[in-house]
Amino acid sequence: MEILQKIFKDKFAKSAFIVLAFLYLIILFADFIAPYSSTYSNRDMSYAPPSKIYTITEEGKWSLPYTYNYIREYEPALMQTIYKQDRSKKYYIKPFVKGEKYKLLGIIPCDRHLFGVRNGGYIYPLGTDINGRDVFSRLLFGGRISMTIGFLSLFIVFPIGLLYGGISGYFGGILDTIMMRFAEAIMAIPSFYLLIILAAILPSGMTSIQRFCLIVVILALIGWAGFARVVRGMVLSIKNEEFVQAEKTMGASNLRIILKHILPQTTSYVIIAMTLSVPSYILAESGLSFLGLGIQQPDASWGNMLKEAQEFTNILYRPWLLTPGFLIFIAVLSFNLLGDAIRDFLDPKSQSK
Amino acid sequence: MEFWRYVAKRILQTIPLLIIVSLISFFIIRLSPIDPLAELKLNPSISQETLDKEIKRLNLDKPIYVQYFSWAKSFVKGDLGYTSAGEKVSSKLKERIPNTLLLTLVVIFMTWSVGIPLGIAAAYKKESSFDRMLTVIASIGMAIPSFFFAILMLIFAVKTSWFPVGGLTSYNFNDMSLLGKVIDISKHLILPSLVLFTISLSGLQRQMRANMLEVMDSDYIKFARAKGVSEFKVVFKHALRNAVNPMITLLGFEFAGLLSGAALTEYVFQYPGLGRLILEAVMKSDINLVMASLMMGTIMLIAGNLIADILLMITDPRLRTKG
Repeated sequence: MEILQKIFKDKFAKSAFIVLAFLYLIILFADFIAPYSSTYSNRDMSYAPPSKIYTITEEGKWSLPYTYNYIREYEPALMQTIYKQDRSKKYYIKPFVKGEKYKLLGIIPCDRHLFGVRNGGYIYPLGTDINGRDVFSRLLFGGRISMTIGFLSLFIVFPIGLLYGGISGYFGGILDTIMMRFAEAIMAIPSFYLLIILAAILPSGMTSIQRFCLIVVILALIGWAGFARVVRGMVLSIKNEEFVQAEKTMGASNLRIILKHILPQTTSYVIIAMTLSVPSYILAESGLSFLGLGIQQPDASWGNMLKEAQEFTNILYRPWLLTPGFLIFIAVLSFNLLGDAIRDFLDPKSQSK
Repeated sequence: MEFWRYVAKRILQTIPLLIIVSLISFFIIRLSPIDPLAELKLNPSISQETLDKEIKRLNLDKPIYVQYFSWAKSFVKGDLGYTSAGEKVSSKLKERIPNTLLLTLVVIFMTWSVGIPLGIAAAYKKESSFDRMLTVIASIGMAIPSFFFAILMLIFAVKTSWFPVGGLTSYNFNDMSLLGKVIDISKHLILPSLVLFTISLSGLQRQMRANMLEVMDSDYIKFARAKGVSEFKVVFKHALRNAVNPMITLLGFEFAGLLSGAALTEYVFQYPGLGRLILEAVMKSDINLVMASLMMGTIMLIAGNLIADILLMITDPRLRTKG
């Protein structure tokens, strides 16, 4: 808990912590907060702009927040479809409206949403995408994937890296040479090149869960080598300490010495490396999905939502499609600031102040 | 003499590394469920003769280790086979690699000429509002996804129409004078290099600041100050030379990071570089092209690290005496 106090003392780290807590809370309750489900789509409303929300009526009086529906029209002069507001009917935005059914936290069946409109109205706080899906709702569901994939990869990277680096450093000699040459070879391949190749050879026709798991594994395959090398260096310096020698004379097995005595010494480095490497996994996933090699439609992730921003007309006339980019930016920035604060706390030597 | 022996040793060390990398990439690609000739077979302009030649060249009818050796043999000879479009892989690479090198070198030059002075300034005025501001800017620069920033730059370019969008040259490039050609290429380079510059600047600046702080704290700097050496000389003559050495090692890493980061930026800007080439090759599952560009990327990365090591050898006399 001391660490939380330390974080809250630093202005930046405090805001970063609050932002991240807020983001995770939102994606946890995404089903409830989002007005629509992740699979909802309104084919008549592709690329509808964000709904305008009014609190002052045309007569200039205060009113409860309301919105108008859009109607799609083809403008022959411009040769494109445009959206116009249908001013004939007001739709009031109500809290806790009934909508699509879902399971809150995956267990509690529920059909109330935080906000919404009734009787045939639509509300798209951030517009819709090509399939007429609500961008705001998909942002929340996409956050579930984008914000967790990094952590899941870390849970593969760290055991592998620790064990690999531990064994290599502890035994030394020819085994060490071979293992380290292999790790160096992985590091010598430009990481993004390796990433896209691994993602591209994934067989098609997998379920979205299988694909998600394999992307996690691929991200982990890229990251472990650098980590294992640092662990090896630390193990090299620890293995000659007296407590290890003592354990050896007492007849402990090598694996036991590595796992129970040497690796725990690296804990603070591991925690620092973990918090500092989450952002790179978030960025890697979004880059991969942006290219269409990561998370596939209809699943949402911040990266594959940005895929639509590859088209000129979209980025020029439909700026709401860029919102996932800002969320990636905010998440990565917060993780970086938080990671810096944790590093300063656990490793006072690195504190450059 | 000592120096050249070191260089020779380092070059020899890269050979086993390259062999392992080639093994890893070869087996990843060959063990995947992709038919290496699928595209070639679908292309009507490719004759059965060429197909048979490819099968023979790659030894596709033989076991995988034989395939590896024949691939390695032809790679060393410089025969990289044909792309799925029927072009020579080697000429494709020859066209793309200089573009990526150009982009990367421009970015490294920009980051060094801005990042090093900023790092020194931040260290010299540590804890000042200037230093804090730089830290904030650095955090922001590190957090922007490269492809997203590239998209924002594209919007900027299209809205203002100040910069050409896409490619490296304009359509009428061949009719331009030499000066016109240089200006045309630089105009196309501005946006992609600006994106990569913003992303890699912050790391460099922070590292330089940390190095500088460490050196400024050392005894010999205190001694120089006590002796009455001018502050300018302390910083630029005594401290700087030692603070820059670790940065040279970083140069190798920076090059690696740029190669990877450039892939997405090249993709968004339609820049004809190695990163975009490998992306397109991967999407078309063009095996020859993927293998060759992966190897070339690796060779470039290893060469970058090698050059950094040799530079360090030149700038740091302590390494030379150790041998």
